Amino acid sequence: MSSLLSWRDLGIGCVISEPGNSVQYKTGDWRAHRPVIDQTKCIKCLLCWVYCPEPAITRHNDDRVEINYDYCKGCGICANECPVKAIKMVSEGV
Amino acid sequence: MVTQIKTVKELPREELFAPGHRLCAGCGVPVLVRMVLKAIPNAVIVNATGCLEVATTIFPYTSWRVPWVHNAFENAAATAAGIEAAFRILEKKRGIKRPKVVAFGGDGGTFDIGIQALSGALERGHDMLYICYDNEAYMNTGIQRSGATPRGAATTTSPAGKVIPGKLERKKNLIEIAVAHGIKYAATLNPAYPVDMYNKIVKAASVEGPTLLHYFCPCPTGWRSDVDKSIEIARLAVLTRVWPLYENDNGVYRITVPVKTPRPVEEYLKMQGRFRHLLAPENKWLLDQLKQDIEENWNRLLKLVELSQKSS
Amino acid sequence: MAVGVQVGRQTRVGMSGNEAVAYAVKQSNVDVVAAYPITPQTIIVERIAEYVNNGELNAACVAVESEHSALSACIGASLTGARVFTATSSQGLALMWEILWIASAMRTPIVMALANRALSAPINIHCSHDDAYAVRDAGWIQFFAEDVQEAYDLTIQAFRIAEDERVLFPVIVNLDGFILSHGVEALYVLDDESVNAFLPPRKPINTIDVEKPMTYGPLVLYDYYMEFKRAQAEAFNNSYPAILGILQEYSKLSGRNYAPIKTYGMEDAEAALVVLGSSAGTARFVARRLREQGKKVGVVSLTLYRPFPRDELARVLRRVKSVVVMDRSYSFGSPGAQLFMDVASALYDEKERPLLVNAVYGLGGRDFTAEQAEMAFRIALETARSGEVKERQVWLGVR
Repeated sequence: MSSLLSWRDLGIGCVISEPGNSVQYKTGDWRAHRPVIDQTKCIKCLLCWVYCPEPAITRHNDDRVEINYDYCKGCGICANECPVKAIKMVSEGV
Repeated sequence: MVTQIKTVKELPREELFAPGHRLCAGCGVPVLVRMVLKAIPNAVIVNATGCLEVATTIFPYTSWRVPWVHNAFENAAATAAGIEAAFRILEKKRGIKRPKVVAFGGDGGTFDIGIQALSGALERGHDMLYICYDNEAYMNTGIQRSGATPRGAATTTSPAGKVIPGKLERKKNLIEIAVAHGIKYAATLNPAYPVDMYNKIVKAASVEGPTLLHYFCPCPTGWRSDVDKSIEIARLAVLTRVWPLYENDNGVYRITVPVKTPRPVEEYLKMQGRFRHLLAPENKWLLDQLKQDIEENWNRLLKLVELSQKSS
Repeated sequence: MAVGVQVGRQTRVGMSGNEAVAYAVKQSNVDVVAAYPITPQTIIVERIAEYVNNGELNAACVAVESEHSALSACIGASLTGARVFTATSSQGLALMWEILWIASAMRTPIVMALANRALSAPINIHCSHDDAYAVRDAGWIQFFAEDVQEAYDLTIQAFRIAEDERVLFPVIVNLDGFILSHGVEALYVLDDESVNAFLPPRKPINTIDVEKPMTYGPLVLYDYYMEFKRAQAEAFNNSYPAILGILQEYSKLSGRNYAPIKTYGMEDAEAALVVLGSSAGTARFVARRLREQGKKVGVVSLTLYRPFPRDELARVLRRVKSVVVMDRSYSFGSPGAQLFMDVASALYDEKERPLLVNAVYGLGGRDFTAEQAEMAFRIALETARSGEVKERQVWLGVR
């Protein structure tokens, strides 16, 4: 517990003043299966980006999409919803 | 000016909801939250106690990049009302710019314990958008029945027993409760229809006064469904007429996603452990009641559409 | 402007406690009032609504559908940086109970007038201190007014204290239901300029701001909950010097003396009563009579109830032979009623300490008469004389 703050270091009223700092908490290790995008099949429809609950799919400027494995929990919604089956779920192994 | 979109390509890129939250894999609520923050980037969020609240703000982390307030379980609407009233007077007295106040509550926090505060806030006419993310049971405490649990569903307090096979009572109609307050806009949302969802959020936020959105929130944990099937189940909910997509805009009802020929309800039910027992022959009586609920709701909606459009 | 007799920069007026509180709220230039009607508080919110609707006060009145929502709305409003007020009594406070703790932990400086009323059942609308006692642990600063003047003065001071950056805690101003809330008395009110100078606009910290988004009220688990409570406890205790300073400043401004406790005859008292609220006047009246008969009696009344003025109280009581602690409430199954337990704890560490008796009195608006006060003094005197507590707890004025 030594890395945790003491009561003297806490802000007033339990406020968290750093917006979106949950990015420091990586949820990628929740994953049993990883989604893998076949970019040659991808039609850039963006549905995987829309449906991702984390969000762990990056939408690039050209609407190319990329999985961010730091956060992807491996739910597989993206693979299930991909209209051209460009995303495969691959086991992470044990 | 209300900007309506035609495809998801037009959705704003900015993410005001950060990853690293602890919502279950396959949870339906982040799709809603991301959409709301894309549609209303100047939002101040009030969050009732529930899954969304606990999983996104575990100290010292927050997934929110907008101001976010949690007070208690049953008082999201009242807290939002206080914020709205304060900003309104501070705007007058000190020229402080007024943000849009948006409250999130689950079905427990909305249909049940929070209905009084919600009713009061809607009646008083605060300029706020209230959004119920409805996963049809108290999921945060471990899947207990709520006033939003549909007939027949098994929960931990309405288990599918030998004598009583699940919840025997029908689901409340939240939209009609809200509309009865004379609010200017209310609509249902479903994550499988993101364009419809985004446009309704934009519309609701553009109204000066209270508005309400009711979101179908897939919950693989509580529904005992496959985590990758959340959106598929949501889509089937619309296509089976279990979850009609419609709006009430200034008193006029309109179905936004017409379903001419519904798919069999069984297709929707069999994907979810909470309903699977209904498919057993001995529970057909309860399945028939659920089907009757769905049909009655749909027919009532058609009548409301016809009646309100005629008189408008 | 208050209509009355001008005396320097103050005006002598006649008002009920509720009217005086409402007038103080108006002069405090409050931004948001969220409240729900309940007897005997209702007149406060009625008057404020009149001020707002007549354009005398530029504030938002949120006519909520319950006390629970009242305090919930107050928290939301306070987080925006607004100056916020609510008022309630008894059942209303009980309904707020859950939210009181949240208001304190979130450090929202809300001011509440509490027209004290007995808790049901049986339902009753008159004064007991059950309601205030029941929230003593919730992290609110609490004052008790002795008369209408104090209800007015303490309300103005409450805003200044609550919003002070050394404090940042919500404050309750207690006024005895009907006795003070509805009793009309003469009092001095300050002019608006003096109030404005004493109570400048709130300078909030960590307010809701779209440009600087923060998360208020997150989930805090076993890794940090205790640290937050420790920090809150420290901050609450550390508010004491700030409270003292503000009371002194207001005393100077108003010419009326404010301190955590008030004493009468305590220089040489051998027997004393400890009281809260409007009973102090009756107790002093009887003490004066007894002192004229040569009896060495005194009265201690608490203006500040939370944080509990432990040291001050111990200082004035430790050399007294016997003290009767007067409780307008009853605590079931406890070693004594609520104030009694506090006083006993405050004295425990003292080398010398008085014998203590607890008197339960005045429940549900039962008159606290001079005869009852005299009875209490006689118990204290007899205990002092005999050096022995006969009955640890007595009920006064009950058939």
